[in-house]
Amino acid sequence: MISLSWYLIFAAALFSLGLYGVLARKNAIAILMGIELMLNAININLVAFWRYGDLANIAGQAFAVIVFAVAAAEVAVGLALVISIYRRRNTVVAEEIDLMKW
Amino acid sequence: MSDVEILFLIIAVVTLLAALFVVTTPNLVHAALWLILTLFGVAATFVLLNATFLAVVQVVVYIGAIAVLMIFAIMLTRRVMKDSGPQTNANWGWAALLGLTLFAGLTFVLINSGAADASLPALAADVDPLVQLGQELVSPNAYVIPFELASVLLLAAMIGAIAVAWKE
Repeated sequence: MISLSWYLIFAAALFSLGLYGVLARKNAIAILMGIELMLNAININLVAFWRYGDLANIAGQAFAVIVFAVAAAEVAVGLALVISIYRRRNTVVAEEIDLMKW
Repeated sequence: MSDVEILFLIIAVVTLLAALFVVTTPNLVHAALWLILTLFGVAATFVLLNATFLAVVQVVVYIGAIAVLMIFAIMLTRRVMKDSGPQTNANWGWAALLGLTLFAGLTFVLINSGAADASLPALAADVDPLVQLGQELVSPNAYVIPFELASVLLLAAMIGAIAVAWKE
């Protein structure tokens, strides 16, 4: 039997890697990839808690489905923003997009 | 160790290595391909957790739509000359420290939380979790409002994405 804590530690490692990607990457698309890793880690947690908790309570899977929808929406808008910025300013490096930075 | 534990460890190691390459590879196209391997590993984890529907959705939505969309965006915004330099900003050391600290802290909490003692309940033979999930997602007594809100959010995001990326 796989212990619940294995899944949770696996998800924690995936989340930490995603956090590093979000904070350390220059490219805006790579930052979005880090966010995807973090959302996947959350989904593993939700499903693992469903499996090891009360099986009649399907909340874990239901919210994982909603996280999928939110992730798709986030990527669609994020990539549209990146492409729009690239068209106007010819860069996708997050540090160079500082028009609103005082 | 039982077979399923060895299988889990293999999946976890492959997924985490692929995730490490996603955040460290300088070439963004390669990073997107590693991202696809990571998403496959997460889908395999869902299969191990008996969430078969979510595993299929993971492959269709994440790999079929999101990862391909990412590769499209990378191709559309690529500058070959500038892709060769370092891809991390000046604060990457602090980011790595924060990531390691978070992982160490979470692991410490999890090991002391008693999660290791949680028993694995047997799946009931007469109740299919997939049927239950489908019914509860559209049941007024359960998750129909979050489900519909997610649909409206997707529609709004789709219209917003078109509006933002529109070329005047």
